[in-house]
Amino acid sequence: MSAQLWIWILVGVTFSLYIGIAVWARAGSTKEFYVAGGGVSPIANGLATAADWMSAASFISMAGLISFSGYDGSVYLMGWTGGYVLLALLLAPYLRKFGKFTVPDFIGDRYYSNIARTVAVFCALIISFTYIAGQMRGVGLVFSRYLEVDINTGVLIGMVIVLFYAVLGGMKGITYTQVAQYCVLIFAFMVPAIFISFQMTGNLIPQFGFGAEASDGVYLLDKLDGLQKELGFHEYTSGSKSTMDLFFITAALMVGTAGLPHVIVRFFTVKKVSDARKSAGWALLFIAILYTTAPAIAVFSRVNLIETVSNKKYSELPDWFENWEVTGLLQFEDKNGDGLVQYVADAKQNELTVDRDIMVLANPEIAQLPNWVIGLIAAGALAAALSTAAGLLLVISASVSHDLIKKIVKPDISEKGELIAARISAFLAVILAGYFGVNPPGFVAATVALAFGLAAASFFPAIVLGIFYKRMNKEGAIAGMVIGVLLMLFYMTKFKFGWFGGGSKEDWWFGISPEGFGTFAMLVNFVVSLVISKFTPAPPNNVQEIVENIRIPSGAGEAVDH
Amino acid sequence: MSKQDLKKYWKENLIYLAGLLSVWFVVSYGCGILFVEELNNFRIGGFKLGFWFAQQGSIYAFVVIIYMYIRLMSKLDKKYGVDE
Repeated sequence: MSAQLWIWILVGVTFSLYIGIAVWARAGSTKEFYVAGGGVSPIANGLATAADWMSAASFISMAGLISFSGYDGSVYLMGWTGGYVLLALLLAPYLRKFGKFTVPDFIGDRYYSNIARTVAVFCALIISFTYIAGQMRGVGLVFSRYLEVDINTGVLIGMVIVLFYAVLGGMKGITYTQVAQYCVLIFAFMVPAIFISFQMTGNLIPQFGFGAEASDGVYLLDKLDGLQKELGFHEYTSGSKSTMDLFFITAALMVGTAGLPHVIVRFFTVKKVSDARKSAGWALLFIAILYTTAPAIAVFSRVNLIETVSNKKYSELPDWFENWEVTGLLQFEDKNGDGLVQYVADAKQNELTVDRDIMVLANPEIAQLPNWVIGLIAAGALAAALSTAAGLLLVISASVSHDLIKKIVKPDISEKGELIAARISAFLAVILAGYFGVNPPGFVAATVALAFGLAAASFFPAIVLGIFYKRMNKEGAIAGMVIGVLLMLFYMTKFKFGWFGGGSKEDWWFGISPEGFGTFAMLVNFVVSLVISKFTPAPPNNVQEIVENIRIPSGAGEAVDH
Repeated sequence: MSKQDLKKYWKENLIYLAGLLSVWFVVSYGCGILFVEELNNFRIGGFKLGFWFAQQGSIYAFVVIIYMYIRLMSKLDKKYGVDE
């Protein structure tokens, strides 16, 4: 069968599966819509969290990113997994015990203030929107490459699917589709990795394979270090970023991960506190399978790429080269006119431009795997993008219908009314996200880093202090969040978009890049919160009792709406 | 649960957190970033040790840390009778 037919079959089958699940698990109450009724088992929640978390970027771009940056790429691996330790130990169990529907719910109640709640809603909305635009774009890209439709049509198809199961199923529908999506995406990611690992090193486990010897008896990583040096790149296993910057970026990604509302909210869906801890463990285990495989794929495909194209005759390159040249992800320009491909670090002599996404997308073709594997990659990439988009969509709709309408604007709204509001806001959010997917703002890549920085600078300190420091009051928390977020926005817009006079690398504060600045802004948030709370009145007694109460696991009951 | 017990329970919880988060810090920021060059002088198979920690070892350690935490806390909950 042709690859194209396989793609249609596998994408068609998985899509019908998601829709089937959505119809079966549609939400009937606000509780089902926001937290899946609060009775999800820890393993199912772990699977759903993993799918929720692993986006189009994790599936398509991360291995390529590491492939081109070598050791420096470790910040993403450690940052996007280490955050789960913080989440499991510092946040998830206590937030579950608190037992509400959203992150702004916690902030608003713990800091007894609708201003705090509004600030939190605002943060949740920016974070989720910057994130979801990237997901819709990912869906469009995959459709256009694999199903040969126009990229905008691709975004549109993705919108309809997400709309269908998010609006109908709410959190309940999303949870069970995400379980299915995890299975699809991890299978799609692992199959080519195992094939290639076996081809190149004779080892079936990619995690071990990239530390093994290649067929010529040289360790693969040593061989790659040698190749990189020869072509003028830095050694693969050592980095080019400063230690300080690596440290700050890793910390910003970790803390940002722990502060992302669409991840936190997943822990409201389990039955009890011990289940929240367990599902964090499951989630990280399921995520770790992909995250420990990605650096292996990075090495395999880097070696493959260099060996296949470097100094080879352009006319004799394999078919996949031309296939991907058409998409613009590979570009060759014969600068010195010798008919050979010079792939070197020096920009003046380099003749090959490679988009990082190709390292995962073209893998099956480069390694000459059977056609069904290509179909699998398409289905997997779509699963990754759709599952994350749906999770984000729910945060947006809950922020509007629950935190804004129910808690601030119209507290006497009926359950039924709130559910309708939730569905309408999910609908509008999809339209808006789709618009950004079709007309991506030029700063999408920059804003994803911004989302992590913002989550780190806003939610993380407010939640941690709310749990671990009884004396923390609303004045401290609000001041901390506002200053943290403004500082982050200022730094990001200054160095990424050239506002406030702009600046270059030399002007970075303490040598910290905008990607790592979330760590700094978070520290400022902590300091401001603590200092201000020292000089303002202690929180009322009933709030201090809430804090004592969330520290004890028993009696969590189900997530309740007061 | 009495105030006294709550304090003791919370204190033990904090001690666990401090211990586990120290391990978390050492395997990632320590072995993977701050001391990566020193560790790269050692090897396991084809991996330089520091590089291995940064791209593999730290992630395995994170999973183990969370499972240790689950075990420790479920014991602690039982001890104070706050499990469900």
